[in-house]
Amino acid sequence: MPAILLIEDDPLVRRGLQLALSRHGHDVRTADTGEDGLAELRSSMPDLVVLDLMLPGIDGFEVCRRIRAAGEIPVIILTARGDDFDVVGGLEAGADDYVVKPARPTVLDARIRAVLRRSTGASDGVRVHRDLRIDTTALTVSLHGRPVTLTPTELRLLLTLSAAPGRVFTRQRLLEEVWEHDYLGDSRLVDNCVQRLRAKIEADPATPAYVQTVRGFGYRFGPV
Amino acid sequence: MTRRLWPRGLRARLVVAFVLVTVLGAAAAAWSSAGSASTALVASAQRRLTETIAGQIRAITPQLAYPPDQGTLDRLRAAVGPNTLVTYRNLRSADGAGTGLVTDALRTAVRARNRLVTQRITANGRPWLLVGAPIMITASDGGRTPSGIEVYAVRDLSGVERQVDGLARSAAGTAALALPLAMLLALLAAGSVLRPVRELRDTARRLAAGDLDARSPPQGADELAELTVTINEMAASVQASMAVMRRMQADARRFAADVSHELRTPLSTLTAVVEVLATVTDEMEPDARESAQLAITETHRLVRLVEDLMEVSRFDAGTVRLRVEETDVARAVRDCLRTRGWLDRVDLVAPEEILLRVDRRRLDVIVANLVGNALRHGEPPVRVHVSASREQVRIEVTDGGPGLPERVLPHVFDRFYKADAARTRTPGSGLGLAIALENARLHGGDLTAGNADGGGARFVLELPRDLEDR
Repeated sequence: MPAILLIEDDPLVRRGLQLALSRHGHDVRTADTGEDGLAELRSSMPDLVVLDLMLPGIDGFEVCRRIRAAGEIPVIILTARGDDFDVVGGLEAGADDYVVKPARPTVLDARIRAVLRRSTGASDGVRVHRDLRIDTTALTVSLHGRPVTLTPTELRLLLTLSAAPGRVFTRQRLLEEVWEHDYLGDSRLVDNCVQRLRAKIEADPATPAYVQTVRGFGYRFGPV
Repeated sequence: MTRRLWPRGLRARLVVAFVLVTVLGAAAAAWSSAGSASTALVASAQRRLTETIAGQIRAITPQLAYPPDQGTLDRLRAAVGPNTLVTYRNLRSADGAGTGLVTDALRTAVRARNRLVTQRITANGRPWLLVGAPIMITASDGGRTPSGIEVYAVRDLSGVERQVDGLARSAAGTAALALPLAMLLALLAAGSVLRPVRELRDTARRLAAGDLDARSPPQGADELAELTVTINEMAASVQASMAVMRRMQADARRFAADVSHELRTPLSTLTAVVEVLATVTDEMEPDARESAQLAITETHRLVRLVEDLMEVSRFDAGTVRLRVEETDVARAVRDCLRTRGWLDRVDLVAPEEILLRVDRRRLDVIVANLVGNALRHGEPPVRVHVSASREQVRIEVTDGGPGLPERVLPHVFDRFYKADAARTRTPGSGLGLAIALENARLHGGDLTAGNADGGGARFVLELPRDLEDR
């Protein structure tokens, strides 16, 4: 049973989402402030955090940054529709995905499951590309022999791209394969995740060797 | 069209009026002074000639023998000068062609009055002075009787006439000299009147263009300055009213945005729990089940309404941003229909691929709204036709229903406009078409409503191909 930490300040919304997500089979713990949430995170080590950006005290963006700094736990943020500031800010703070409020539990559940599925690999062995070693069974990545810690989304993106080196993936295709979004998926999710991934595996993120941009189309792995 | 003789411009009118008045005044003054001068000239010339003749006659008379013979008459004529006629009964002595001009009227007057008589005539195109004088005999007792000798002198007045003409010419010259001066003065006067008028015009133009801070500084204390002050007051009052209206409008918009925002929190709870409710409706009593289903349906409707209200608020506040991406419009339309399960209810005519830079989510909102409306309010067949030209991409949505009534057409994009008062409970929020239109315009395109030739409503979305990133 996946353990979810829900950080939401409004008690009724928090309780409602907890009830609904529990019926979808999740073990839902809750916190009403960012500070409580971060404390709960350390003590209970959930599989995923659902984070409302509008919080008293330290705001959702800061909470997201601290979660990301603390480890690789996936974060799904709750944002207002059409509020690009929320979306962009949340993704830059390291969120893996976002759901627009008022969030439908079925939609939220689908996103949670999609994010958690990313932790399962293709299991076709070890791929070695120059200095990068990707173990698709153990789901570990190392660069120059040193382990690189990736979030499940970053890992899934790297696995998807590296499964077919040289092949161009459109953002649309990546949204469907990695994020399991429908045709209206937000391509900023891809761009943000690519940037974070490059920061971790590229020697010079400005001139990437592994995850390359194909202008006007999308991304490809290599050619290394 | 007839040409106007009276010019339109204020400056031209002022100049024309000024010049007319000046020239007429100068001409009248010159005319009257030239007239009186010429009268005086003629009178003095006449007096001088008359006195000369009278003096000559007086000087010669004592030497004349009486009764005179032809020689006496000739001497008398020679003493008076050329162009002179002297008569005594049947005797006459004449010299010069002018003597033929002596009139009978003059002779009669001389004989009747027994004294010197003058007459002015014009002959052969020239003015002449006729002087007639009887020679009187003075008796030893001092009594005077006419001798019967009559002297008639004819004198040319052309010289005087030339002088008079000269006077008139110099008067006209003076008037002509006044003309440029008058023109200059008129331009100066027009300028002093027109400068404030032009400033007022510029101010009025800026006000009309929406610059409510525009004012003209009043100068002096004349009527134009009063007009300037009045216009400034008017502008200030308009500005104040506009500020109040803007504030009220902003308040109303903020209120709508705040209300929708506040509604979203309880709606988040409701959205979460009605799904829990939905999973257990099968185990409920029929009444309870129906109630639960109503609650679920209405919650979803409320969510849509609040989302649409917030979207409208964002359009009103101008905070909406386009997120354009290279998109295959034909595929986006197909995806839109497919995800909503409409593909088998809609005839889609679209070419293979139409690439266009659009905000995909907003395009989806527009198409879903148009097709959703056609399926709900129209009748089958519902058709979606996607086509592209060099300048634009066109998406046409038609249905096979009776079409939109004429009275409805101007209002279909109005917020909360209901075409049919009885059909108020439609699943839409009443904002869908308003939002669709705003989205089309945000792309620099347009959305129009009308009826197809064979009946049936037709909505046409046109998106330009050259949309720059916004």
